[in-house]
Amino acid sequence: MNSLKAIWSALFDSFRDLLPILVVIGFFQLVVLHQPIPNFGEIAVGFALVVIGLTLFVQGLNMGLFPIGESMAYAFASKGNVFWLLCFAFALGFGTTIAEPALIAVAQEAATVAAEGGMIAHNEESMQSYAQGLRYTVAVSVGIAIMIGVFRIVMGWPIQYLIVVGYTGVVIMTVFAPAEIIGIAYDSGGVTTSTITVPLVTALGVGLASSIKGRNPMVDGFGLIAFASLTPMIFVMGYGMLV
Amino acid sequence: MHILIDLFHAILDTIWDVLPIALIIFGFQIFILRTPIPNLKKIIVGFLLVILGLGFFLEGLQAALFPLGKLMAFQLTNPHFIAGEGADRVLQWWDYYWVYLFAFAIGFSTTIAEPSLLAVAIKANQVSVGAISTWGLRIAVAIGVAIGIALGVFRIITGTPLYWYIISGYVFVLIQTMFAPRMIIALAYDSGGVTTSTVTVPLVAALGLGLATTVPGRNPLLDGFGLIAFASLFPIMSVLAYAQLSEWKAARSRKKLT
Repeated sequence: MNSLKAIWSALFDSFRDLLPILVVIGFFQLVVLHQPIPNFGEIAVGFALVVIGLTLFVQGLNMGLFPIGESMAYAFASKGNVFWLLCFAFALGFGTTIAEPALIAVAQEAATVAAEGGMIAHNEESMQSYAQGLRYTVAVSVGIAIMIGVFRIVMGWPIQYLIVVGYTGVVIMTVFAPAEIIGIAYDSGGVTTSTITVPLVTALGVGLASSIKGRNPMVDGFGLIAFASLTPMIFVMGYGMLV
Repeated sequence: MHILIDLFHAILDTIWDVLPIALIIFGFQIFILRTPIPNLKKIIVGFLLVILGLGFFLEGLQAALFPLGKLMAFQLTNPHFIAGEGADRVLQWWDYYWVYLFAFAIGFSTTIAEPSLLAVAIKANQVSVGAISTWGLRIAVAIGVAIGIALGVFRIITGTPLYWYIISGYVFVLIQTMFAPRMIIALAYDSGGVTTSTVTVPLVAALGLGLATTVPGRNPLLDGFGLIAFASLFPIMSVLAYAQLSEWKAARSRKKLT
């Protein structure tokens, strides 16, 4: 009985999280555009799937992603081997980004832009290799970002100094990068961090900061995602200048 | 029946996304750390729930919300809708008021539904022992995304260069950082990156593309980009502002007490 109640309240929480989207879409469709809601049945089924999916995801988050991220952070901290920790950080950043569907889509769009702008030959082959190169560039840059971020937690540096360096890098690259690439580069920072990466990386950072002496999980534990959204901008603009 | 097959495909796609992550985690655990994983069974069940949950979530979005949301983005940016019946005049930036409102509302509502932001909010709440409420953080971030996307839409309509906004945004963030409470800074920077993911990106991209296609003088390939950048920059400001505001309020109530 109790567990049934828990499931019910978890489902209700997810429903409440998704309600604003329903209200916005309903309002604009009915009041602003004066149109009926098409395929009402299909939308209802889809919405039910979204609610169930979000509920299961949050459960899995607390059972799987958070604990494994934290237990690995403790294991690395107690082993005290910074080299392997940094390798792990790079692998996690690279591995989760290279397969990211949003990134694949952005890379293809970027190749189209580059071909239209005459930066590369307008054929299938060179566009494919441009998109491929861009994906690897972004994945490497996220790997490096997580690595720097983890190293920062180990050393206890204040995050804002590194962010200032990153921002300066973005501004300098903007001056020199071809105009066509700038929009894509700025956007690529936002699309790299997926729904599975974020909880894992957050748990890793917080876990490290709580198990290393003298680090505060609130001040030092967060910030890994921030680097992962900053470095791709710099690297993508660099890619646009070189290719 | 059709939706079941799609659901199955969505779950397969998610497995494909999770696979490299699982390989890295278990590879390092077995070969480098060589320690047994505590509660291994529970963690595996957790991973399965994440895969199932994301599969359901993505398939539901594909079936229900994305087609309608994208269609609306194109209808709202259509010049015939904006100019009204039979009007044949040059549109000014203020004629697009429904588009701004839509950008704001869709930015806010999709951010509240974003699973990765929920994850960070849960963690921040745990770590701060309740000092940061999950809803407070999520609403602060959502307001930032809403303002960011509305401003990004304004930029596409007026055709001003993207980097003006982004660089001034950076300067503003750095000034805020100097005055913000120290414990919020890293979290605020993080909240920029987590906002734009599964729910927000497809709808916002459709809005940008719709505008860049219909506003005269814009090139969809060049001007359609940039909205995500706005959506990742403005939450940093709104979260820093939220922290400053709560600190200021707390300080004022302390003053009243003494």
